Amino acid sequence: MNFSSRGFRPILTLAAMSIAVVCATALVPGSRAAVAEAAAPAPAPAAAAAAVSTMQSDITIDSYMFRPAVVTIAKGTTVVWVNKDDDVHTIKSKAGPEAFSSPALPTGSRYGFTFKRAGTYRYICSVHPYMHGVIVVR
Amino acid sequence: MSKVVESNVTNRRQAMKCLLWGGAGVLWTFAGGVPRPLRLGGEAEAGEVRGFTFGQISDSHIGFKAGAHPSAEDTLADAVAQMAAMQPQFVIHSGDVSHLSAAEQFAVAGEIMQGVKRDVFYVPGEHDTIGDDGKLFFERFGRGHGTGGWYSFDAHGVHFVGLVNVVNLTSTGLGSIGAAQIAWLKNDLKGRASSTPIVVFAHMPLWSIYPQWGWGTADAAPVLATLRRFGSVTVLNGHIHQVIQKVEGNVTYHTAYSTAFPQPAPGVGPGPGPLKVPADELKAMLGIRRLEVVSDRVALTDKTLAQ
Repeated sequence: MNFSSRGFRPILTLAAMSIAVVCATALVPGSRAAVAEAAAPAPAPAAAAAAVSTMQSDITIDSYMFRPAVVTIAKGTTVVWVNKDDDVHTIKSKAGPEAFSSPALPTGSRYGFTFKRAGTYRYICSVHPYMHGVIVVR
Repeated sequence: MSKVVESNVTNRRQAMKCLLWGGAGVLWTFAGGVPRPLRLGGEAEAGEVRGFTFGQISDSHIGFKAGAHPSAEDTLADAVAQMAAMQPQFVIHSGDVSHLSAAEQFAVAGEIMQGVKRDVFYVPGEHDTIGDDGKLFFERFGRGHGTGGWYSFDAHGVHFVGLVNVVNLTSTGLGSIGAAQIAWLKNDLKGRASSTPIVVFAHMPLWSIYPQWGWGTADAAPVLATLRRFGSVTVLNGHIHQVIQKVEGNVTYHTAYSTAFPQPAPGVGPGPGPLKVPADELKAMLGIRRLEVVSDRVALTDKTLAQ
């Protein structure tokens, strides 16, 4: 996962910098963080989203796609979605052991959900339902 | 425009007899080789169509902000001032009133829209139904007596139908009307003379413009089957933030400008997001619509905010 190919869009750079802030808020054990406020810029490099992580996994929403579209995580991991598009998106579960649904996520905002049960979760953006993502929790 | 999917006119003979003029919903017949406007609302018609004008505003996206882009509140206020100057009988807002379905965005939009000083008939866009299937939207702008939010009304002999196609979008992102609404529409149109001019308005296009971006309505076909017997049907949509028109038999389709931001031409770029344009070009890509019903004709004029 890298953003360099899209780095020419300044709004993406701003949103990428917010990931450091997300990490701090999303790591509360067992929390179900639903965060939708505008991102505060922080002087951090663009963090590459890890496909597998013990505690946190970042997914970017970019060009009407979830990147990465398929993420495998360990139980207890918090997945944080960051919207880097100029459009509004949402995160809404379609299938899986637990349901989750974000509020409207404008540009630069984020949403976190902690997966406590193993299984395969499928989700979409309810505004653009052709956007699909999968979370596999082991 | 090349991406627009043109449907076949099944009855070619009928298509040759009737010519829609300038995409304006004017129905003509040929009599002895001479084109004549077909008299809708003829002698047998009780509801005579009288001349009047109405307006269309669309995709105001109150709450949208991006970089140096002027606020959607300001551009809607410009649009409303232009609309008020036209003095229409009433105004249709074809959805995406808000950007994020937030209560305060609906409140601000409603306040600005009061500037048209006319009755406003709203239908929701998918940005108005995020998270609550439009509960907040319908609380403020709803006209429907049923639970689904769709409705109809008559004005000067023209029958207006406001449809909701942004709840339960399909998995491919297309709009959806649903069986309950289609049943309601059939009942609503039952017994109406085929000469009654019909104006249908809904947020997402009722024809397939670019399905990959959800620019269409999955179950539009049964709606159009219900409308086909009418001599003049004008379909007004929003959603794609640009004017695209299509004529199919007696039905003319028109998408509208946004008052907030333009979107790319169908299929150009990675997605249907806001099109970034230089500030001095923006107002030429936003606009409003004036519709004039004269006798049996509906004539449309799209006017940009730069004009």
